[in-house]
Amino acid sequence: MAKEKKGVRLEHISKIYQDPKTKKDFYAVKDTNLEIEPGSFVTLLGPSGCGKTTTLRMIAGFESPDEGEIYLGNEPINALTPNKRDTAMVFQSYALLPHYNIFDNVAYGLKIRKVPKDEIKRRVTDILALVGLEGMESRMTNQLSGGQQQRVALARALVMEPGVLLFDEPLSNLDAKLRVTMRTEIRRIQQRAGITAVYVTHDQSEAMALSDKIIVMEKGLVSQMGTPQEIYYHPKNKFVADFIGDANFLEGKMVRHEGDVGIVDVNGTQVKVAEAANVADGADTTVVLRPESTMLRDEGYFPVEVVVSNFMGAYQLYHVMLGNVKLIIHEYNPKDKKIYQAGETAYVAFAPGDAHCI
Amino acid sequence: MAKSAQGAALDRKKLMADPIMVTTIVLLITFLTLFILYPLVILLIDSVLMDGHVTLDVFRRIMNMPTFTRAITNTLKVGFVVGILSTVIGLLFAYVEVYVRMHKVAGGLFKVVSMLPVVSPPFVLSLSMIMLFGKAGLITRFLLGIYDNDVYGYWGIVIVQTLTFFPVCYMMLKGLLKNIDPSLEEAARDMGASRMKVFTSVTLPLLLPGLGNAFLVTFIESIADFANPMIIGGSYDTLATTIYLQITGAYDKQGAAAMAVVLLCITLLMFAVQKYYLESKTAATLTGKASRARMLIEDKSVTIPLTILCALAAIFVIGMYVCVPIGALFPTWGYKFTPLTFKWFGQVFSKYHGLKAFKDSFLLSLIASPITALLSMIISYLVVKRKFKAKGFIEAVSMLAMAVPGTVLGVGYIRGYSQGLFHTGALQFIYNSAAILIIVFVVRSLPTGTRSGISALRQIDKSIEESAYDMGADSFKVFMTVTLPLIKDSFLSGLVTAFVRSITAISAIILLVTPSFLLITVQINEFAEKGAFSIACAFATILILITYGAVLLMNLVMKFFGTSRKLKEEDA
Repeated sequence: MAKEKKGVRLEHISKIYQDPKTKKDFYAVKDTNLEIEPGSFVTLLGPSGCGKTTTLRMIAGFESPDEGEIYLGNEPINALTPNKRDTAMVFQSYALLPHYNIFDNVAYGLKIRKVPKDEIKRRVTDILALVGLEGMESRMTNQLSGGQQQRVALARALVMEPGVLLFDEPLSNLDAKLRVTMRTEIRRIQQRAGITAVYVTHDQSEAMALSDKIIVMEKGLVSQMGTPQEIYYHPKNKFVADFIGDANFLEGKMVRHEGDVGIVDVNGTQVKVAEAANVADGADTTVVLRPESTMLRDEGYFPVEVVVSNFMGAYQLYHVMLGNVKLIIHEYNPKDKKIYQAGETAYVAFAPGDAHCI
Repeated sequence: MAKSAQGAALDRKKLMADPIMVTTIVLLITFLTLFILYPLVILLIDSVLMDGHVTLDVFRRIMNMPTFTRAITNTLKVGFVVGILSTVIGLLFAYVEVYVRMHKVAGGLFKVVSMLPVVSPPFVLSLSMIMLFGKAGLITRFLLGIYDNDVYGYWGIVIVQTLTFFPVCYMMLKGLLKNIDPSLEEAARDMGASRMKVFTSVTLPLLLPGLGNAFLVTFIESIADFANPMIIGGSYDTLATTIYLQITGAYDKQGAAAMAVVLLCITLLMFAVQKYYLESKTAATLTGKASRARMLIEDKSVTIPLTILCALAAIFVIGMYVCVPIGALFPTWGYKFTPLTFKWFGQVFSKYHGLKAFKDSFLLSLIASPITALLSMIISYLVVKRKFKAKGFIEAVSMLAMAVPGTVLGVGYIRGYSQGLFHTGALQFIYNSAAILIIVFVVRSLPTGTRSGISALRQIDKSIEESAYDMGADSFKVFMTVTLPLIKDSFLSGLVTAFVRSITAISAIILLVTPSFLLITVQINEFAEKGAFSIACAFATILILITYGAVLLMNLVMKFFGTSRKLKEEDA
């Protein structure tokens, strides 16, 4: 449906703000380079204040980068005002025009572009059908539920057939169930339209479910960029590992490599880690373990004391103490498995392939 | 790390890509500079510059005038007392309305009291004060038999100004009291505090910056007030009247300019304290929204006396206003009360060119009000929604206009335009023309309109306009299709407020009006000065009818065409 899929390229983009209290300048976004493939769905993920929304607003044109250049397709767009950019944004608060009905909201941009009347009617009707709002053209925006308003906001952006679709935490005002439904919808519609999408969120499960590629940001810097699987299974640093899901960290020293497998000394015990090529022999390293890949058994690498043992339905949740370090363990499908109670001692075990070093 | 120039340069480039926006900003800055900043600057220059060199001679001269130094102390004394009285009475009204279960009638009275000062010309209360309590006063002479009661002077001004300004305090404090979370007070009660203790230990401390704010706002209004001291001050001169007399009586324009600078400095100082210190403090202590409705005080021993007290005060104030139209109906005020007659109304039109006066006032105000309303909405939009370099200037100068007394502005225009810009003859043609009167109307109403526009716009989520911008609309289109429709109510009320303020304005206008224009307020002032109260009342009555009619019309229009009617109904 889109006229032409466009990619987005950010070259050495920085944005400097002034702290209103200390009057000191700081980088909200620093020297960021991004390449967003045409037609792909890319998520900017990070905690609040990491620069993800600022980055999005620079792409939309509401903020001007202090350094670097942004390209839409091959066109540099730094100097273009938002109304002249081939982007369309879905806002966190939906930002529907409250004095217009649904039809006029969706038709607003087309009218500004002086699209012929019957074409507007056709395109608006088509798009409303795509988002599942057929027949509701004459409703006012405040007669809609949050999910419906969200669909109008999406329709309004899609109808412009923009080169890039921008989303600024569009689901954060919806309740948890609706959020899950809507994110599936957004993914379906984006794929159907084949449109390039940049999506900002702080919700990691949303990012996982939606994205072709996730860009994790921290303090204005890109921490890691990759597919959801790469980000989850191979986090490059503690921040990414911790921000995406839960993670256990074991501090140790690389003893030697046996092929690809590294032998790491953790508290005097040697553990095997499958992916360790990145760490040299003798160097300090951290072994990253996901809770669901960490096991509690009668024998294993280290003895630990169980401090919390809660039945969560889908899994048994353990908190165990390895010296001063707390580890989290999820034992899935616990029905017929041995359950350790708080106060008991057990052993932590994991398969070499489930761990990696950073 | 220095902020690089690229971001700022890009922002500038984007702004320049929007010619309508740039033109608007340039025009706005020109207007504000020419008609707010320049008149004040020229006052300052004129009062320190003599024969090309800087000197404080003029200030030395006016400081040696006993009339002037007396006027300063008079003004401050009146301002201080009026500020305190208005705040206390305003607090009483606000407290009773927010905390006490009242009879419906009392609630209605409160509403009328808060409306009256808005729709009435500024000196109506002075007129009725003289007519009720003066030498031939209805109450003093005929009810109490006092023959030589002197209302003119200090107490006259204090009473009249207090009655005029306390409703403003009442409205301000009402808003603040409503924002106090009732659970704070309930917690104090729960811990064993009496109602009095709760008031003194919780409510009052929370309200303190707000009270200071109300006091200063009234203080500024009081020292800037021209009409009331003019009519009821007698020989008790305040700064505003002294400046006026210095120009019209002593023809000492330079002295008046220096005096105006002194008056301006006082109000600016107060304004700065109010704006930058108290307002932020008020906002800091009372940000919370009430979590739920307040349990009203139902104890009859509290409600009945408080309600009666306030109701009586309200009836008194309303009575003062009603006195004016009634006064216009008596054959001779103070001597002959029957039969009621319309002869004064007849004379207004037959003898005193009433038709021309109303036509001139009406037309000039009618031209000024849409300009004011549109201008204040544009300023609010720029200040709230846009960022650009000159924004600080626009915001500061429009706020500055709030602190400038009308008399000061009037003198500034005389000094600034009677011989053209910087006495060069440029733009001199607007002096003595209708244009300068319209400009004065606009400038005088601009701050009120801007303030209400800003608060209306702050309610609107910024991303609504951004979304329109994002969909391809330029700034002008966004303003016309999104911003303006969403603040239509505020725009409409700004329109009417500007009209009412213009048609009832006097302080600056009286210095600038020429014989070719007859303005109602100037006429009323003249007749009241001469002691022709019946004619003054007849003029004032018709003026009140016009302003009240305008307000009614606005309410009607809002009811049928208001922005949010549809939205409000659906929300309900």
